[in-house]
Amino acid sequence: MSDGATVTKDSTDIYDVERYRRDFPILSKPMNGKPLVFLDSAASAQKPRQVIDAMRYVYENEYANVHRGAYALSADTTTAYEGARTKVRDFLNAAHSREIIFTKNATESINLVANTFGRDSLKAGDEIIISTMEHHSNIVPWQMLRDQMGLVLKAVPITDDGEFMMAEYEKMLSSKTKLVAITHTSNALGTVTPAAEIVEKAHAVGAKVLLDGSQAVVHMPVDVQALDADFYVFTGHKLYGPSGVGVLYGKETLLDAMPPFMGGGEMIAQVTLEKSTWAALPNKFEAGTPMIAQAIGLGAAVDYVTEIGMDRIRAHEQDLLTYATQRLSAVEGLKILGTAPVKAAVISFTLGDIHPHDISSIIDRAGVACRAGHHCAQLVMDRFGVVGTTRASFGLYNTRAEADALAEALETAREFFG
Amino acid sequence: MLDELRELYQEVILDHGKNPRNFRDVEDATSQAHGSNPLCGDQLVVYVKVGDDDIIQDVSFVGKGCAISMASASMMTELVRGKTIDGANHMFDHVHHMCTGEGEDVDVTEFGEDADRIGVLSGVREFPVRVKCATLAWHTLKAAMEGKEEASSEA
Repeated sequence: MSDGATVTKDSTDIYDVERYRRDFPILSKPMNGKPLVFLDSAASAQKPRQVIDAMRYVYENEYANVHRGAYALSADTTTAYEGARTKVRDFLNAAHSREIIFTKNATESINLVANTFGRDSLKAGDEIIISTMEHHSNIVPWQMLRDQMGLVLKAVPITDDGEFMMAEYEKMLSSKTKLVAITHTSNALGTVTPAAEIVEKAHAVGAKVLLDGSQAVVHMPVDVQALDADFYVFTGHKLYGPSGVGVLYGKETLLDAMPPFMGGGEMIAQVTLEKSTWAALPNKFEAGTPMIAQAIGLGAAVDYVTEIGMDRIRAHEQDLLTYATQRLSAVEGLKILGTAPVKAAVISFTLGDIHPHDISSIIDRAGVACRAGHHCAQLVMDRFGVVGTTRASFGLYNTRAEADALAEALETAREFFG
Repeated sequence: MLDELRELYQEVILDHGKNPRNFRDVEDATSQAHGSNPLCGDQLVVYVKVGDDDIIQDVSFVGKGCAISMASASMMTELVRGKTIDGANHMFDHVHHMCTGEGEDVDVTEFGEDADRIGVLSGVREFPVRVKCATLAWHTLKAAMEGKEEASSEA
């Protein structure tokens, strides 16, 4: 980036949340006449000025199509776009930049794997293992593939605390298992799954593993090589980046062996009427003009969180999680779903028999934004016998005072429906 | 803040939401329809029994949803019983216009005292994301009267 946008580093290790909050223009805008208390980063996070500026900079100073023009402007854009790829590589500690594929979002990343690796490597009778705490995006593509190819889809159950049941998983694994697709952190419950152990056990039976890291990369440092993940996906907009860009990490040997996902420009080496040959990685999987400014914006977001430090973000959010859990537990009739010992700063709850949408409307009037509903995780809702929950999710910019505001707004909801 | 909320959650809505009337099926229903709001997962089934004279003899519902959707469904069953199909359709048009601002304004004089009772639902206009909660039961009733099996808040 050449726009000079950087995060000012603290001279001490104190986490100055107020300073970071000032980086997010929307956080100073009132909501329903009250200060905005944004507790829905798990659905989509707000954007720091550094990301907004980086995208504006692209359009104002260095925009042209990538990998095409022989002129300086196109070369500048290409450098910035590929620079974003390198930033994501560093962020995930992937071995090579060519193992980072830009997609539209995590959903497209999973569908890409299902339609290339899945179709190419699996055959009727093969088994795919997911869990019951997956987001719909890590369920439906596999159901579609199952129905198209005659596969078997199994789901590892979760405990009453929302923990991944390792013993059940071990029982499901066999030589028939070809793919394990598990979330690294549950969007509905906050549970952080024992991903490294899940991978190790899958590899022991020869299965590949896809980890859905959309909710993980935002809360903690992630190292795909340490996890030994075969595929790792996440979306940009939950990581303080723009919507419209996601990431698929894949091990080079696997990506090399996979057929392309979509055909078009950019992904070819040579085209004749008779046949075409494919470009090398990563272009083979990036047909057509990519999401140029969004990828560069994601690069800026990665710079932003890296500058603060994912370890420090995790520590800050864990403090909020502990504090908010105590604060909310004191609200009469409130029940938290998802009480795993290792979890991210996501609190899903019910309050008496008040419907989540009624809760959401009431706390919205106090300026508190929470998600209400099934959170695209209906298997989780079924598991706990509820139609939906209210979910407060915390990001790098949230404060203890905001947890207080939520608890107070919930008391108002109780008064109404008590 | 509380004043606006009391506009939405009027006493009568809270009462119907907690103790929905006609919350049952109708064994000899002449038609029924299933309504769903895919955004929140709310579901309900509306049963109607219409006589040869086109008069709604019985109407009921079962389902799960928020206070607004339950209250709207409950109040609807009380309001349309005894009405003709045409009369119920007029009431639908009125509710739809009142909640969304879309469609033709309806002359409410034909509803008599019922007009005030329907009026308590008008609070959703200040809460755009809740409009579909209030109208789901009415869309489902309309679908049932038209012989359709499914209604969606997204329709």
